[in-house]
Amino acid sequence: MDTTRVIIVAVGGQGNLLASKVLGEAALLANIPIHMSEIHGMAQRGGVVESTVIFGEADSAIISDGEADVLMGFEPSETLRALNKCNAKTLVITNLSPLMPFTVNIGKGVYPNLKLLQDLIRKKTGKLIAFNATNIAKEAGSIMAVNMVLLGALIQTSTVPLTADHVKTIIRSKTKKAFSDINLKAFELGFSAAARI
Amino acid sequence: MHKLLTDRAGEKMLLLGNEAIARGAIEAGVAFTSTYPGTPSSEVSLSFFQMSQESDLYFEYSTNEKVALEVAAAAANCGLRSMAVMKHVGLNVAADPLMTLAYVGVKGGMVVLTADDPFMFSSQNEQDNRYYGKLSGLSVIEPSSVQEAKELVFYAFEVSEQLQEPVILRTTTRINHSTAVVTLGPIRPRVVKGEFKKDPLNLVTVPAVSRKLHVKLLKNIEKARTISETSPLNILEGDGAWGIVCNGISHAYVKDAVKDLDISRKVRILRIGFSHPMPGSWIKQFLKGCQKVLVVEEGEPYMEEAVKAFAQEDGNCVKIRGKGEGLFSPLYEFDPGMVRERIAKYFGIPYQKPVSVDVSDAPEVPDRPPTLCAGCSHRATYYAVKKAAEGIKTIYPTDIGCYTLGVLPPLSMADFLLCMGSSTGTGGGFSKATDRKVISFIGDSTFFHSGIPGLINAIFNNHNLTLVILNNGITAMTGHQPHPGADMSLLNLSGYGRLDIENVVKGLGVPFVTKIKPYKVNKSIEAIREAVRFKGVSVVISEEMCVLYAKSLGLAKGKPFRVTEKCKNHRDCLTIACPAFFIWEGKVNIDPTLCTGCAVCAQICPENAIMPLKAKKNSA
Repeated sequence: MDTTRVIIVAVGGQGNLLASKVLGEAALLANIPIHMSEIHGMAQRGGVVESTVIFGEADSAIISDGEADVLMGFEPSETLRALNKCNAKTLVITNLSPLMPFTVNIGKGVYPNLKLLQDLIRKKTGKLIAFNATNIAKEAGSIMAVNMVLLGALIQTSTVPLTADHVKTIIRSKTKKAFSDINLKAFELGFSAAARI
Repeated sequence: MHKLLTDRAGEKMLLLGNEAIARGAIEAGVAFTSTYPGTPSSEVSLSFFQMSQESDLYFEYSTNEKVALEVAAAAANCGLRSMAVMKHVGLNVAADPLMTLAYVGVKGGMVVLTADDPFMFSSQNEQDNRYYGKLSGLSVIEPSSVQEAKELVFYAFEVSEQLQEPVILRTTTRINHSTAVVTLGPIRPRVVKGEFKKDPLNLVTVPAVSRKLHVKLLKNIEKARTISETSPLNILEGDGAWGIVCNGISHAYVKDAVKDLDISRKVRILRIGFSHPMPGSWIKQFLKGCQKVLVVEEGEPYMEEAVKAFAQEDGNCVKIRGKGEGLFSPLYEFDPGMVRERIAKYFGIPYQKPVSVDVSDAPEVPDRPPTLCAGCSHRATYYAVKKAAEGIKTIYPTDIGCYTLGVLPPLSMADFLLCMGSSTGTGGGFSKATDRKVISFIGDSTFFHSGIPGLINAIFNNHNLTLVILNNGITAMTGHQPHPGADMSLLNLSGYGRLDIENVVKGLGVPFVTKIKPYKVNKSIEAIREAVRFKGVSVVISEEMCVLYAKSLGLAKGKPFRVTEKCKNHRDCLTIACPAFFIWEGKVNIDPTLCTGCAVCAQICPENAIMPLKAKKNSA
């Protein structure tokens, strides 16, 4: 079985780890070998959270520079920051709704222009799927569901060996009951959003 | 029921490495567990803490790693299977009892987990704790995967009981914080109450006894060597002439590299899982068939030195390399691509490195450093101390916790840091060496951990030190674990004592003690000024619950503030670096979804332009 390497980057609190957990549980359900890793040292303090999900016959749980098949960013500047993980074939899926770093908020840094950011990623990688996942999450019922919107987009691309049914089963059984309807809706909306791009 | 207590052998479960370790201990029938929390080990303890609330497993958050090891050692000397869990630097704190526990030994199995942190994702150094095996004479074992992490805990308990010695289980962050599918095994019944048999001539380490016990330890090391020689943890793969010796997570990278480079028929891999004592005869045998050998290990050249020594004993001149120019470094962690590239280079295999996208023309991405949370009381304390110390030449030794983030500008309230508790000892040293008043910062959990001896020392030796104790009620940094000053009733738990920091400090005889509520800015500044003016040892206890913890308990009551039209853009409010602030069209604003209503900024504003958000609605 081929190996598919997915890296997910987000800001602390965006639900990165839940997204990778859903992928992991879905892989277990589908009986697909999986290795995952996460770095979340000081995530609650507004830092960057990075997780990797590797499907298929590999033993490593992390991804070297230039070796990601998919980069999924929950926040556009974080997607850009992780671009060194990509190569000319990498699929990049990104939310376009910025979360301003504090450094920018107090005038100590400049947030990258979103159009330039998209042009650059499109030029250098295999494919870019970029949309405002935050608005879609709100439409689904909660801004917290950005992670599920992006999971929907990922599954739509068929780059990982999981079906929408696998993932939806896990969202139903492994995410908090109070949110599972919103999560499923967010997943569906993300799936269709990616289909339109 | 806690998922790790599931008694269905053969079931597959997606587990974090740390959960797999906790599960391994449960399968091994562990009865007594202790810890001081530290990343990357914290989730092992959290799992034990949770499971102890619904089973007869004993677990405690001990005041520090030394104590955690001691309580577990006592339990193991009563015949219970026990486990002490800590991060790598925690083992330094526990090293004193560990070294002599190796002489005394154990009756029930005992496992000491040391979670090393190559790259220092959340640590002050990246020391390689395999050397503790050599230093203490204890066995060290290392897993290479999440599944193996679970299995090795079971194995470690077996070896521990065979040798009647504790066994060190050494992991790295990439095992602790990796997730994989794990197959559960059967759960061995727990024996939760033990019996202590008095035997002072073997258990009381006066010199005459210890001289005898050291002989026993050396015999045990030989026994351990025999176990290591035949241990299923040392795995041989392939029979090619290129030798690769690896351990831990490096084994995963080596396996992937050999597959990617398509050299499986040319190499032989020796994965060392029993890394102290090393299986010498086996390594010698392995080397005999090799043309050249590469040692792939993160951290220090621990195995490389041993493998070279075994080759020398055998008169084998095969080329053995590991650390060095163009090969591996003791710095940081490895990654699969790096290992693949170095293997290709060392064995002369043509290899084209994957090309990363060129990011040289990408716009700079603004930093997103971790910051003190919006409304964090540490920020308020730092501001008050800064104001109180205006005009005084001072030094700010700090300590380990969230408040270490105060090192970042614009707060810039940290000048020196070594380890847990070092703010008190170094603070005293700085005051004596410079004749200045020194102001040290320490958190509540760190104060109990190892700050108290330094404070006692400062009183006895008459250091000119003001110690600011940041008491937020919990061990915040590692995820809100309790400490001896925590109010356990907030977690609906009973049966715990509670220490009051003010009583502790007064009991020690600190001549000047004052308490502040850091959100009351001017009062705090006044109180701190007085404490700093005091010649000798003074203590300021700054008391306010961790804002994240308060939120998680439903106790956060603050209402958000806003910047009103009175703002004249002095931007004094930005000097406290609260992440709720943002600048929009040249004006300062507050994000109401982040603001917790601590009102510190409102008290700093020279125009009184920051007001509660709600007042606006009322007046409108």
